[in-house]
Amino acid sequence: MSGIASRDIAPGLADPAHDSQRLFRTILDAFSHPGRIVSLPDAPAAVPPLSRAATAFVLTLVDRDTPLWLAPAFDTPAVRDFIRFHTGTLLVGSESEALFALLTPDRSPLFDAFAIGTDAYPDRSATLVVEVPSLTGGPPLALRGPGIDGQAQLSATGLPESFVAERAANHALFPCGVDLVLTAGAELVALPRSIVVER
Amino acid sequence: MPDTIADQGRDEGAYNYAYLDEQTKRMIRRAILKAVAVPGYQVPFGGREMPLPYGWGTGGIQITASIIGRDDTLKVIDQGADDTTNAVSIRRFFAKVAGVATTTRTEEATVIQTRHRVPETPLREGQILVFQVPIPEPLRMLEPRETETRTLHALSEYGVMQVSLYESIARHGRISKAYNYPVLVNGRYIMSPSPIPKFDNPKLDRNPALQLYGAGREKRIYAVPPHTPVKSLDFDDHPFEIERWTQCCDLCGSTESFLDEMIVDDEGTRRFICSDTDYCQERQEAQRLEAQSQKGERQ
Repeated sequence: MSGIASRDIAPGLADPAHDSQRLFRTILDAFSHPGRIVSLPDAPAAVPPLSRAATAFVLTLVDRDTPLWLAPAFDTPAVRDFIRFHTGTLLVGSESEALFALLTPDRSPLFDAFAIGTDAYPDRSATLVVEVPSLTGGPPLALRGPGIDGQAQLSATGLPESFVAERAANHALFPCGVDLVLTAGAELVALPRSIVVER
Repeated sequence: MPDTIADQGRDEGAYNYAYLDEQTKRMIRRAILKAVAVPGYQVPFGGREMPLPYGWGTGGIQITASIIGRDDTLKVIDQGADDTTNAVSIRRFFAKVAGVATTTRTEEATVIQTRHRVPETPLREGQILVFQVPIPEPLRMLEPRETETRTLHALSEYGVMQVSLYESIARHGRISKAYNYPVLVNGRYIMSPSPIPKFDNPKLDRNPALQLYGAGREKRIYAVPPHTPVKSLDFDDHPFEIERWTQCCDLCGSTESFLDEMIVDDEGTRRFICSDTDYCQERQEAQRLEAQSQKGERQ
């Protein structure tokens, strides 16, 4: 039996037009103010092992036009069925084909093999959602760049030792590069490629 | 029985919320996020036909439709005025298809869609300014081929723009461009600020509000995040400067705002008034209240 049993699939957005609008505005706020921790309003229930924020992010932005790559830790039948049913997206096995990806921070190198766009079309790049244990309480990192008045701080936990160096290499590709979203619980932080991250 | 499109829009289910379907909104939302991530870069998007012609703000409307929600308060201006045809029809469109509150006051608005002006009242963090853009490519008048301008942006090869500004100085003694004056965003992309007067260019620089630009005919979206440096192009010996008037506004007396010149009779009599109607009315109201209180004190 290979079909999707609908009784096993968790519900998506209760009111798609309005819920996705509110969620998008919160995500846009996060992208406009990198480093700012935003709390997603009325995020739907999480589909374990995904967090509520990652689940909401996928429901808000992913659809049949945007191939999605799942880290092995998230590649469970429940997650696959949920995402396929609610978004209609194509789940791809190759990182380079994906426009969105759900990652765990232990992947090394973290950003490797994802689309970075081209100099002529830097928008053809992947947006990576990295699930971390917490967005606060970790070693502080300084952020500078568009959207930040002076300097902002990020102190997420669970990021690898190589994160700052990898992020610097990604920023050096500008205007190419991947955009990063860190999620924990129902909260989210965006780190677009334009941002400089320093220890 | 709904008999006009507007009535159908109000009728539950006749149109999706905010006119565009959810798939289209998601596509535009993804383009907006990429535009914010690469400030000043023009992201191509699948522009849809809107119920008004190109040149009337179809790009701005598609952005507004993709971001707006029931909690928003919308202001729409055309050349600074809230009461011109374009502004009134777009405001009514969203009041109907999105059920949002509308306002003419800059301070009350969460989303401001604009054609050709930036409000005089300083914007604050959390507000979103949506520009209607006719020609998004700042190099288009210098290089007609899209493949070439795209390469010039990719290589950050902007000599042609500097040469055009130099030629303007050689011919006129100054940079004669008065509107759509090119800017450099965060030191990387040259961007068209849309046909705002160059008077408004300094307001784009490090503005705490988010700026989104939509071009419907050309199907491009670009953005300037809050607090982002936006520099008007110039030369060391010909620094950028904005226009100044010897007159003040005839209605509110402002010497700070952008003034429209009106010819009011057959004799060629001129009057100058603020182009930003909300700013002008707020000032007149404040002056009226002040005059009243002074009168009260004297009695």
